[in-house]
Amino acid sequence: MSDFDTEIDTSGLNCPLPVLKARKMLNEMSISQRLRLICTDTGALKDIPAFCKMTGNPLLSSEEVDGKLYFIIEKGA
Amino acid sequence: MAKKLAIIASKGTLDGAYPPFLLASTAAALGFEAKIFFTFYGLQLLKKDLSLKVSPLGNPAMPMPVPVPSIVQIIPGLEAFATWMMQRKLKKKGVASVAELREICLESDVELIACQMTVDLFDFKDSDFIDGISHGGAATFLEFASEADITLYI
Repeated sequence: MSDFDTEIDTSGLNCPLPVLKARKMLNEMSISQRLRLICTDTGALKDIPAFCKMTGNPLLSSEEVDGKLYFIIEKGA
Repeated sequence: MAKKLAIIASKGTLDGAYPPFLLASTAAALGFEAKIFFTFYGLQLLKKDLSLKVSPLGNPAMPMPVPVPSIVQIIPGLEAFATWMMQRKLKKKGVASVAELREICLESDVELIACQMTVDLFDFKDSDFIDGISHGGAATFLEFASEADITLYI
C-alpha cells in the first residue's frame, strides 16, 4: 500500500491544519487517486480516520515510522 | 443532506478566537454547512485589523512561566507581554494563526454573520470589517440553528 499519486507533508503543523490541508489537496485530485499524508501531530491518529469516515474518502493505510504518521487516503466518489 | 454547524462567537480575545474559526473550518472540510454568528465582543474577530489579545488577569488557569499575582497583572504592558508570549508559542507549535483560519473559513464558504444589533450598539462601521461577511439578527441565527446538527455558544 505504498503507492500514491500525491503527497503532503504537514510535519510540524498542529490541529486542524493536517485535516484542512488534506481536504484542499483531495479537492484537486481525481476519484481513486491516492494521497499520502505525513503528520507529526499525534492528534491526527484519530482525526484523520474521523475525517476519512465523514467525507467518504477511504483510509487505505496508516503507519507510524520514527515518530511520523503516514496515511494513504483514496479520493472517494 | 449536509450536516449543519451553528456557532455563536461572543468572545473577542486571542484564545477565544480559536474555537469558532477552528471548528467551522474543520466542519467545512468534513462537508458541513457552517455558520458563525458574531455578537458582542465576538465582533472583534471580523475586524480587518485583528489585534486580538489574551490577558492573564481574571484568568487563573492561564499557564505563566512564573506565578504572577493578580495585583501585578494590572501593570501596563503585562497584557501585551502575555499576548506576545502566547503568539510565539502558537507559532512554535505549528498552530495556524487566527487570520489564517478565518481565511480558510471564507474560502470554504463558512458564512460569517455579524450581529446587526451589536454592530449598531458599538457604532462599528461596515468598513471596519473584512469583506465577504453578512449581517443578521437573532431570528437569522435561530432559523439556521433550528436545523443544525450541532449548535455551540462560545
